[in-house]
Amino acid sequence: MRRVSAALGGGIIAIVLLVAIFAPLLAPHDPYTQDLMLRMVPPEWMDGGSMAHPFGTDQLGRDYLSRLLYGARISMLIGVFTVITSGVIGITLGVMGGYFGGWTDDVMMFIITCRLSIPLILVALTVVALVGSSLTVVILTLGLLLWERFAVVSRTTTMQVRNLDYIAAARAAGASRLHIVLREVLPNIVTPLIVVATLEMALAILLEAALSFLGLGVPPPLPSWGLMIAEGKDYMFFSPWVIMIPGVALFVLVLGINLLGDGLRDILHTGRV
Amino acid sequence: MLQFLVRRAVLALLVCLTVLMISFALTRLSGDLAVSIAGPNATAQDIETIRTNYGLDRPLPIQFVDWAAHAAEGDLGSSYLYHLPVAKLIADRMPITLTLGLTGLLIALVTAIPLGILAAMKEGSLLDKGIGAIALIGQAMPSFWLALVLIIWLGLKLQLLPISGVDEWQGYIMPGIVLAFSAIPALMRLTRTGMIDALSSDYIRTARAKGLSIASIVLKHALRNAAMPVVSVAAVQLGFMLGGSIVIEAVFALHGVGYLAWESISKNDFPVVQAVVLILALIYIALTLLADGLNAVLDPRLRAA
Repeated sequence: MRRVSAALGGGIIAIVLLVAIFAPLLAPHDPYTQDLMLRMVPPEWMDGGSMAHPFGTDQLGRDYLSRLLYGARISMLIGVFTVITSGVIGITLGVMGGYFGGWTDDVMMFIITCRLSIPLILVALTVVALVGSSLTVVILTLGLLLWERFAVVSRTTTMQVRNLDYIAAARAAGASRLHIVLREVLPNIVTPLIVVATLEMALAILLEAALSFLGLGVPPPLPSWGLMIAEGKDYMFFSPWVIMIPGVALFVLVLGINLLGDGLRDILHTGRV
Repeated sequence: MLQFLVRRAVLALLVCLTVLMISFALTRLSGDLAVSIAGPNATAQDIETIRTNYGLDRPLPIQFVDWAAHAAEGDLGSSYLYHLPVAKLIADRMPITLTLGLTGLLIALVTAIPLGILAAMKEGSLLDKGIGAIALIGQAMPSFWLALVLIIWLGLKLQLLPISGVDEWQGYIMPGIVLAFSAIPALMRLTRTGMIDALSSDYIRTARAKGLSIASIVLKHALRNAAMPVVSVAAVQLGFMLGGSIVIEAVFALHGVGYLAWESISKNDFPVVQAVVLILALIYIALTLLADGLNAVLDPRLRAA
């Protein structure tokens, strides 16, 4: 059962990743080319649709399928690079707190508490509004905000391995602190962190979509799925498919990541994170 | 217990101070605030006027101390856009956001707790797996998209609920459901785990042996023990919901604090932005403190510590 959900999740992620990489080969049209004569053409399966535009066209006559396929790039870029940024920050803080303990740990816990009390979306919106919206800014903003779960989990797990015999052995053998942390501690806490990474990746993708939806994420004309939903919002009463198509894509990708994380958690026996 | 609470209160106070600094620093990120306020078409003269009028020509530490000292007295400055005191603007709109947050929490609790109990009672069954699947789906649902889908379906197709505004109380139902969605998975899993632990414990075996009814065992004995973490997480979730309600207020055109913040961000009304960040953070800190207090009261083990 758990293996099924992990495999299903992994499969969904693999497909989206392939789509993101090969978007130029898969897309039937250029995602930015406008055709004002062909605006809001419905998808192929609805009245008035045709195979020329399988998922229809948007309010500017851009091919919806092509935009959807290129949109996978944005979500995957956001997901992967946000997790790398936040992972480096969170794991550094967490391992330091957990390994050294004492006042280092107190400071670490204090930083986590401060981070948690800051309203996430509001601060992200403000930063993007002030610094200017771009893919890089969104990735850095989310990366600088989403590290607290990495920190909490790596702190707890480091505390568990810190006093084990093999660490003491390494210390007795004269290994430096840096060597112990990098070569002895990190490899042994990596499994729960993989599960955290899936959770944070899902959250980052959802947050990017929400920021773009509010007009302060990835700037137009980039085909972010959140932005596509925002642009389709004015037409959704007559043509609900304009918000259904990117919305379902977003939902399926995030569900896939969560399925993988959930499956891994049980396969790797990491317990609750 | 007193020592535990005092420690927490001191920590909370330090966090408040840090948050005060962060919310001030946040609006200074762009480098020159006067340029941002003046907008793209302003002349050098305009920018200079704004700088002197708003006191932005003073050194940053002085600006901060001035703002913080006033904030501590409840004076959060005045809005560039509305020319009204920020405190009044926020106070006027807070009832909407609080009502929305509490509606969301209520919906989340009445959904998550029964489902969590059911899943725990039938652990490993098809029902348990189905409920687990609901949690996964809830977690993956983009809230703003769910809001739009509900507007189309419940508002337009079935015409059951108003699609925007809160002139009638029904206006809170749809936004409340959407807000609840984000909190349901966590609360449900917590209830389930807590109930599974409680149901396998010795005192439940004793209660069973005494021949108590299932309802009495589950609701009176097990739930009381399983509820503790749920109560404290619910308080924290309410904090997250109030912070996250900005997206939902924007979709449903609810003129609460979140909407005010969104509007102020896009219109460079920074005194409002930094005040809303500060107030939401303070509410979150107060709620976690409340959760700690509740835990201390409910859990005798913490009372001794």
